[in-house]
Amino acid sequence: MKTLILIAWRNVWRNRLRSGVVILSVVLGLWSGLFVMAMTQGLNEQRMQSAITTYLSHLQIHNPGFLENYDKLDTLSHTSVLEGQLDTLPHVRSYSERLILQGMASTARGNYGVQIMGIFPEQEKEVTSIAGQLTEGTYLNQLKHNPVLIGEELARRLDARIHSKVVLNFQDASNNTIAASFRVEGIFKTINSAFDQGTIFVKYEDIAGLTGLQGKLHEVAVLCDNIQQAAPVKARIRTADQVETWDELAPELGYAQRTMSSFIYIFMGIILLALAFGIVNTMLMAVLERKRELGMLLSVGMNKKRVFAMILLETCFLVLIATPAGIMLAFLTIRYFGEHGIDLSVVAKGLESLGMGARVFTSLPATMYLDITLMTLAVALLSAIVPARRALKLNPAEAVKPI
Amino acid sequence: MEIPEIKKDGKNVIQTRDLYKIYNAGKGSEVRALNGVSLSVDKGEFTAIVGPSGSGKSTLLNMIGGLDEPTSGDVYIDSINIIDLKENELINFRLHNIGFVFQAYNLIPVLNARENAGFIMLLQHTSGEEIDKRVDALLQAVGLEKQALKRPNQMSGGQQQRVAVARALASKPKFVLADEPTANLDSKSTSDLLDIMVHLNKTEGMTFIFSTHDQRVIDRAHRVITLEDGRIITDTQEPN
Repeated sequence: MKTLILIAWRNVWRNRLRSGVVILSVVLGLWSGLFVMAMTQGLNEQRMQSAITTYLSHLQIHNPGFLENYDKLDTLSHTSVLEGQLDTLPHVRSYSERLILQGMASTARGNYGVQIMGIFPEQEKEVTSIAGQLTEGTYLNQLKHNPVLIGEELARRLDARIHSKVVLNFQDASNNTIAASFRVEGIFKTINSAFDQGTIFVKYEDIAGLTGLQGKLHEVAVLCDNIQQAAPVKARIRTADQVETWDELAPELGYAQRTMSSFIYIFMGIILLALAFGIVNTMLMAVLERKRELGMLLSVGMNKKRVFAMILLETCFLVLIATPAGIMLAFLTIRYFGEHGIDLSVVAKGLESLGMGARVFTSLPATMYLDITLMTLAVALLSAIVPARRALKLNPAEAVKPI
Repeated sequence: MEIPEIKKDGKNVIQTRDLYKIYNAGKGSEVRALNGVSLSVDKGEFTAIVGPSGSGKSTLLNMIGGLDEPTSGDVYIDSINIIDLKENELINFRLHNIGFVFQAYNLIPVLNARENAGFIMLLQHTSGEEIDKRVDALLQAVGLEKQALKRPNQMSGGQQQRVAVARALASKPKFVLADEPTANLDSKSTSDLLDIMVHLNKTEGMTFIFSTHDQRVIDRAHRVITLEDGRIITDTQEPN
């Protein structure tokens, strides 16, 4: 075996250019595949994180009927009991209580349908990142009377500026239409333009008084210590209301997250298939070029198992050199762009409409590197079988004939 | 012509009986490369098989070496009919019983002279110490002790062929088959190689069978078998 390994290793370097090309193609194939996957994963995670930190949080609690038609009367029951649990449950970092109304925001310029979020600003600040995403103005703490936060896109459409008057129309608990005047205190911009167009934030007490829903809540958004705690915390909450995790509330996000893993393997499978053809081609050439030598080995008594193993070993060496290099290169670039991000401002509008930012931070789970390494080795071994079998079909008497 | 019986007295290393190799048998373009060859080679013989191109020399050597199957007939090495061996058994048989020297040397390009010479012994799982001892002796015998660490592309044709002879002899086979071993060599290299093989034949009692066109090889052979159209037409013992 030692001799076989020695010969196979030296054979790899007989044609440095050819081996170099194979190694480079595997390195670049792995790097590009992993990097594209890390970019996609990064975009997906960013979209998910954006949704979680902008409005979704890890868990939401509603009256079971609320999300079906957003009926203002579908409020939470026993909120004080719920608050008591959330204050004491482990892994609950913070929570935000909300009153949610469907309404219309109007200015002299026009009017647009919006979702009005009645919030406790200090609570909300601990759960979502709206307070940190203000591009102008302040966070519901300067204006004393009916302040409102609106998204940059909605402000543009309504031609509203800081301190502009915005009239909000909505129904109260008795289905009377209420029109109330608010002043823009802050303008926010998240990476989700759809959210920015359709959501406004007001103080809970301002809206609750107007609707007659004082003391009532439509939603409690809960932020856990980390995303993995969402399900365990959900299981511990005892309430008659409906508790849902982020991926139950926005199944498209959870689905995208789950399918991403499968997609990575499919994508890498395609890249590896292309690499496999390259390996088969190269090794087949190497075998056919060495017909006489392989024929000699068979003639002098090297059995077919050893010849087969030698060709497999040569392929393995090529891939064993290339795979760590490709994985390392991918790891370093993914880590670098994971910290610094990739500027995609050229397509910022498109990305924002999908809830993604213009700067993508690459990300790939560590287990993925191991899986891809094993996949590469498996593909290399499989692709070495064709040339190795070809070597075994050589007729030694024919192969050793002088040209 | 009478077909001889196979003798099992231990004197004959190689015996072929009524050996035929017919290509495209039964078709219009039938070629009889071997046409009923029966011969026996004794231990320690230094035999040249001669004849014009296409006379069947290489085919006969391939049959004796178990590299090709005859259409019919038997090839006995000692008392074993190698025609009856399965492919893997035949490969193993070659490994332990036959040394090969090829016209184009066919050394392993990535191994140096020393590693090439010891290669067959490595395949036989011989101990490193024994390989070293044997390879040292053989490289000295073929005059290449100073070239031991050179790879084939750093050696002349004659030197490569001497390494090939050392490789063939290293595992102490029952006999060495050499197919046109001097065809690619100049006269000096041919002379040196023949000296070495004659010396090894004498000192180690090694049986050599050559196919050759080379008169210099024929002149040094103890026995010359002439083939024509796949038949033995003369078989003469030279008075060396």
